Amino acid sequence: MVAARDIDRDIGGDDMLADIRRIAESVPDPELVVVNVGDLGIIRDLRRDGHAVEIDVTPTYSACPATLAIELAIETAVAAQGHEARVRRVLAPAWTTDWITPAGRAKLKQAGIAPPSPRGDGNGGHDYFARPQVACPRCDSLDTTELSAFGATACKAQYRCLSCHEPFDYFKCL
Amino acid sequence: MTGRDELADDLAGDLADDLLALLLRIGDDHLILGHRLSEWCGHAPMLEEDLALPNMALDLIGTARMCYGYAAEIEGGGRGEDDYAFLRDGTDFRHMLMVERPNGDFAHTMLRQFLFAAWMHPLWDGLTGAPDARLADHAGKAVKEMAYHIRHSGEWVIRLGDGTAESARRMRAALDDLGPYIGEMFESDDTAARLVAAGLLPDPAAVRVAFDSTVARTFTMAQLPPLEISTGISGGRAGRHGEALGHLLAEMQFMQRAYPGLTW
Repeated sequence: MVAARDIDRDIGGDDMLADIRRIAESVPDPELVVVNVGDLGIIRDLRRDGHAVEIDVTPTYSACPATLAIELAIETAVAAQGHEARVRRVLAPAWTTDWITPAGRAKLKQAGIAPPSPRGDGNGGHDYFARPQVACPRCDSLDTTELSAFGATACKAQYRCLSCHEPFDYFKCL
Repeated sequence: MTGRDELADDLAGDLADDLLALLLRIGDDHLILGHRLSEWCGHAPMLEEDLALPNMALDLIGTARMCYGYAAEIEGGGRGEDDYAFLRDGTDFRHMLMVERPNGDFAHTMLRQFLFAAWMHPLWDGLTGAPDARLADHAGKAVKEMAYHIRHSGEWVIRLGDGTAESARRMRAALDDLGPYIGEMFESDDTAARLVAAGLLPDPAAVRVAFDSTVARTFTMAQLPPLEISTGISGGRAGRHGEALGHLLAEMQFMQRAYPGLTW
């Protein structure tokens, strides 16, 4: 977005936008509190808009119930620091789990949730039945098996490790 | 907002009407099928499927919400998402008949889900390049969700079709039952033809090629006979529905009909 970058440049030495971005990124995911929205890579851009700051946020799944809660939490967190924020929901380009940051992946793993596999050729290959190789977040074994294609939230599946025998959540690759 | 977002404003009257019609067709397909899937909640044959079916329903209802929200803006008459879902009568719905069919058994539900996803996946894929940002942006998300639905439902089609004598019998019975409703996916009319010409709907022939390929590959693994699509039962796009829809709406719309304007 060239326009947004230009506006950033206009502000020059003012790092208010960077501060606001940090505040926004520190909002935890309400359904996955070990990571924040910065870790998920769903804050896409932000810009000054009059007295307010407009923050572009992308949903993870098209009907993820956390979407609205995250948007409100971001506006509230930024308002608590004395800035007016407006969240704009942006759908394109569609979010991919490849945007989860290395720090976010580490936090997921530490919480016992296997981070998503790299997306590879995604939908391009049309090999609908291909399975990603999922490593156990506890013992790193690749000898794992899917228990349930869907889990407690839209973004997770359930797996089991055949080495250490622990069940675990897998953050689905999208 | 880019200029593409404002396409609806620039559309000549007819094309705006066609886009509105398209949004209701896609939106209604997703809402009604999403509602059917949600009926399984608490009744699925195993816990994993009790998670899977409402999760897939949620994806479908997410798409319905996008369609209705956008339709409301184009229509500009003050209606909102909920008005389309809960305050229209049966003859106003534009979904194809397959999605309103009662769930039947688990094999029937999974085969229907597989056929729907195998059709919608290439349709969304084609729409990712549509000259309408709202539709194209949503298509980019939905195409990923449909790929996952194909995987999940397709694996069940294979497992049951190539399973025990009883599971195979049920999968074949589901195919016999749903077969006559498949043709409606590929029907065209003046509205669809104008949408295709405007790039707002992929060429049905191209969608059909992708659908046939997904189905053929899966049916082979499932030991099911090759799918032959004939002209079957249709009328959904014109608002002619079966008895099943009335029962579905009576349940789905009950709350808004009994307590108008109720909100959470």
